Amino acid sequence: MRAPITWIREYAHLDADVDSSKLYEALIRAGLEVETVEKFGPEISGPVVVGRVLSVVPEPQKNGKTIYWCRVDCGEEANAAASEPAGPGEPGSRGIVCGAPNVAPGANVVVSLPGAVLAGGFQIASRKTYGHVSDGMICAEDELGIGDDHTGIIVLPDADDSGRPLVPGEPALPYLGTSDEVLDIAVTPDIGYCLSIRGLARESAQAFGAPFTDPVSVPVPDASAGGFPVRLDTPACPLFVAVTVSDIDPARPSPRWLRDRLKMCGVRSLGLAIDVTNSVMLEFGQPIHGYDGDLLTDGIIVRQAHPGEKLTTLDDVERVLDETDIVIADGTGPIGLAGVMGGQTTELSPTTTKVVIEAAYFDPVHIARTAKRHKLPSEASKRFERGVDPGAAYAAAHRVADLLVELGGGVKQAGETVAGTVPPMPAQHIDAQLPARILGHPVPDEQVVSILRASGVRVEQSGGELALLPPTWRPDLVDPYDYVEEVGCKIGFDVIAPVVPKAPAGRGRTISQQARKALNWVLPTAGFTEVISFPFCSREEIENLGVPSGDERLDLVRLANPLADTSPELRTTLLPGLFGAVARNLSRSQDVLAIYEQGLVFFGPVGEAPIVSVEHAPAASELAAISAALPRQPRHLACVATENSSLGPSWSRAVRFADLAAHTVGLEFAKRNVEHAPWHPGRCAELSVAGRVIGYAGELHPRVLEVFRLPAHMAAAEIDLDALIAAAPGPGQLPTLSTYPVAKEDVSLIVDADVPQAEVAAALREGAGELLESLALFDVFTGCNIPEGKKSLGFALRFRAHGRTLTDAEAAAARDAAVAVAVERFGAIHRVA
Amino acid sequence: MDTPDLTEASVAALVAAGVAAFEAAATTAELKAARIAHLGDKAPLILANRAIGSLPGPERKDAGQRVGAARAELNKVCEERHQLLADAELHERLLAERVDVTEPDSYFPTVGEPHPITALMDELADVFVAMGWEIAEGPELEAEWMNFDALNMGPNHPARATSDTLFIDPIENHLVLRTHTSPVQIRAMLSCDYTGRRRELPIYVVCPGTTFRADEFDATHVPAFHQLEGLVVDKGITLGHLKGTLDHLAAVMFGEGVRTRIRPSYFPFTEPSAELDLECFVCHGASVGNPDAPCRTCNSEGWIEWGGCGVVNPRVLAAGGVDTEIYSGFAFGMGVERTLMFRNGAADMRDMVEGDIRFSQALVGGAR
Repeated sequence: MRAPITWIREYAHLDADVDSSKLYEALIRAGLEVETVEKFGPEISGPVVVGRVLSVVPEPQKNGKTIYWCRVDCGEEANAAASEPAGPGEPGSRGIVCGAPNVAPGANVVVSLPGAVLAGGFQIASRKTYGHVSDGMICAEDELGIGDDHTGIIVLPDADDSGRPLVPGEPALPYLGTSDEVLDIAVTPDIGYCLSIRGLARESAQAFGAPFTDPVSVPVPDASAGGFPVRLDTPACPLFVAVTVSDIDPARPSPRWLRDRLKMCGVRSLGLAIDVTNSVMLEFGQPIHGYDGDLLTDGIIVRQAHPGEKLTTLDDVERVLDETDIVIADGTGPIGLAGVMGGQTTELSPTTTKVVIEAAYFDPVHIARTAKRHKLPSEASKRFERGVDPGAAYAAAHRVADLLVELGGGVKQAGETVAGTVPPMPAQHIDAQLPARILGHPVPDEQVVSILRASGVRVEQSGGELALLPPTWRPDLVDPYDYVEEVGCKIGFDVIAPVVPKAPAGRGRTISQQARKALNWVLPTAGFTEVISFPFCSREEIENLGVPSGDERLDLVRLANPLADTSPELRTTLLPGLFGAVARNLSRSQDVLAIYEQGLVFFGPVGEAPIVSVEHAPAASELAAISAALPRQPRHLACVATENSSLGPSWSRAVRFADLAAHTVGLEFAKRNVEHAPWHPGRCAELSVAGRVIGYAGELHPRVLEVFRLPAHMAAAEIDLDALIAAAPGPGQLPTLSTYPVAKEDVSLIVDADVPQAEVAAALREGAGELLESLALFDVFTGCNIPEGKKSLGFALRFRAHGRTLTDAEAAAARDAAVAVAVERFGAIHRVA
Repeated sequence: MDTPDLTEASVAALVAAGVAAFEAAATTAELKAARIAHLGDKAPLILANRAIGSLPGPERKDAGQRVGAARAELNKVCEERHQLLADAELHERLLAERVDVTEPDSYFPTVGEPHPITALMDELADVFVAMGWEIAEGPELEAEWMNFDALNMGPNHPARATSDTLFIDPIENHLVLRTHTSPVQIRAMLSCDYTGRRRELPIYVVCPGTTFRADEFDATHVPAFHQLEGLVVDKGITLGHLKGTLDHLAAVMFGEGVRTRIRPSYFPFTEPSAELDLECFVCHGASVGNPDAPCRTCNSEGWIEWGGCGVVNPRVLAAGGVDTEIYSGFAFGMGVERTLMFRNGAADMRDMVEGDIRFSQALVGGAR
């Protein structure tokens, strides 16, 4: 809403020292988001007067330019004060150098005299130029800040609007259009009444404790049918006022003040009748529709549209209506989309002489729905959606009529129509101390009462209880807390003292929250950088991973309104998102990559979530139904890494990433070779904890890399992070350390090449018994004297006892016991060095 | 065997010769040779010592003491000289092992970084955890009732349009990608958030998380972004408590003395509602009306819009099963991307979600 300050001041009687910046501050404090304050009109101060050009002498200059040496009558006083006055016997004047070719003898011009300050702070003084003393300046539009024109000087008319001739020396300002400042305010949806000068003036007056004159001085009278016939056939239109003005002179233009006001408010001037309706809408907040009275057939009916009914609106679009639309109809059918836009057939035109003025109230929800469905947000619908004051309808209709009489020479018809009534407002009771209690700031009962009364609320006080009835322009005042807010806005949130509330002793982060935070510190130390990607994907992407049918990753959840048709589904794996990030990095020449992401994935199916009551907490069964409708959405952790030979094989880097994640939560993965898309069938580790498979890591399948255009040998890991964290053990046990010497025993075992070292290690551990302190793989060897299809595994075993030094024999026996299990289980051959 | 010359003068001469030889040694090898010459088996002093027994009684005792002292003296000087030379030689050898300490241990980066958004979210949440608050979390794919209805955004609320909200197919299932972290408030009240913790009143929780809007992807809009939301429900909670909490957050995140400002606004889930502004932590308002010292962080406005907040609308408490006669609450929310943008200067939101490692790696150790 754009609001000229002079218009606000017409109703808010603010002190003279309230300037635009004070008003700006005060309105922001009151909850009105003032976005800008713009100046409108001439930006001048000091003596700027009407001058009459007496003589003009063109003087060509050496630089090819021509200047004009003028004598200008600037009024007796200024003429007398000239530094080079006119000669004796000549008419009084000042000498002024002018560069504009349109300066001509006899013209009325705008003269800035010494001491004047023009747009941009330009100061006028007498100065010597082109061999003359120029005793002022004849102004162009841009110099005064009223336009961009610099092609010539402003030539004023000979006489003003009333026909009185302009007199040299009189102030020029009145002939330069309105001078004003305009507030541009973003009005939140709860305070529709501020989409009017009336509402903003009330707020301004309240903010400064200044008197306010309500432009709505007459209430809506009881129903009457003396004017144009109107029938209301829908509860969505409880009130309709119709006033008729005839004999309007269609040739009369809108006066300058009206055009200026509309211009300041960002509304185009479209002829007197329309300008008047728009101006009253801006002033009262009541959208007005004017019908050409000669084009109406029979009476007006306000009703629901019939399904399929058609209407061509003012914007020349034929609209197909449905039952949720409210229409204004006459004998010919719909002539307007109620509260949104009028129809073409009864549109006001340059030949209209008779106007039927509509000031009605429509249900906000209906208007919002219609405006949205037809994609037709209008100044009218914007107001009706937020709630228009039905109490202002009658006064607004008459204000339009009065202006058409005054400015258009029209005649107000004797009869008027008031169909329906002003809907009642909801009464409320509050404890007078509720605002103070919720705001955390003392507000005496009396102050609460006076604030609410100033806001138009009818307040009855009985003890500490207040009985409240909001004014018709405040549909937002319903609940007790709405009144708390009203009081809060008026005292200002800035006066409320900040207090840090004391929370009860907290339990800190949950295990899961701690783990996820820790992972973001640990994983980067292994060289991985976190990225964030969108959760959108497509079935094709998942299929391109080589996922077999029946895999849960194809249980995709689909969006009803995806942002892109190419990714209409939600991800079931983080890998495609990471692949996208890799591709983007590669395209930007970052080719050494190790990235990871933590994020939710979504597995269908979805169910129907009931919309339950909001009056109270949902019943357990209702909550269960809501939960059941939601798909499974676990948090995954995934990485991808490009091949980097100096950091070891890429598959092993991905496994290390997974190991590190498990390690961070106190776990170790059990691994085995498996074939699982999208991984390389020979280089994929299945990761499990406590017997449950929760992830995979390894090199990616070359075909997948090819399809996604990724570099060869890239590796990836993906883990169900929720499952990993859920498996995390509780507090561990710390050992009592033995300080006796260790006995080291190395063993080399020849086993089949496809036996996993982890299983051999497990067998050794099992056989070694309690004396084993640690076991580590130190060598994997094939070739040379190792038979084809076999490999040699070297393990370092360390034995230690509590309370004594182990004998060589004891250590050897423990080693042999360990080897025996491996021999038995895998047919291992113990290679003695 | 000759009678040894063990007069005081001759012993002193032997000592002097030894000391001179030791001190003349420039290396431990030279010192070793000098030691053999002056303290070795064939050294005159040692040879003389062996002959002591041939001296007559009284002389023998004197000579013995003299020679003993001389040997001790020479040993000491030699030892000290050895220490000196060995130290110098070690130092020289170590200097020769000099490396270029600016060389990396690997030609490839071996340390990555968390994403600035997650690091900042953790940092924000930590402020509240330190105050005894807990972190509440909920699903990203949420029921419409949780995301809208329970938050006093009725069926006709404009945000419930396909132009604003991403709906799950079919729409009749009433499932959405949550448009804010506010449904977690409801879940916290109903004790059905995703942390597995039972929550009783009072509630002091902060909810960081990913949220979604049907926004086209450009420099200032992303369809998936992050919010941090706070909720308190307790007896006697006021707007003043909200202000105190926000001031504390601002001071911890942006420096002692940085204040917040709240000004009336409108949200369905709070009443009264307010916009939350942060005092510019760069110019502290000094740039307002001061064209000579403009501030890029706040556009010389002195305040930066940070989020929304207010007293929890009792209708929301009711939907969460809270007795509104006894309890009141406050809530606030802010965009994490926005916070990152003005705190760390990120200008283009696309950089935050495209996975370009240069963005994540720009802030070492997270968002600091």
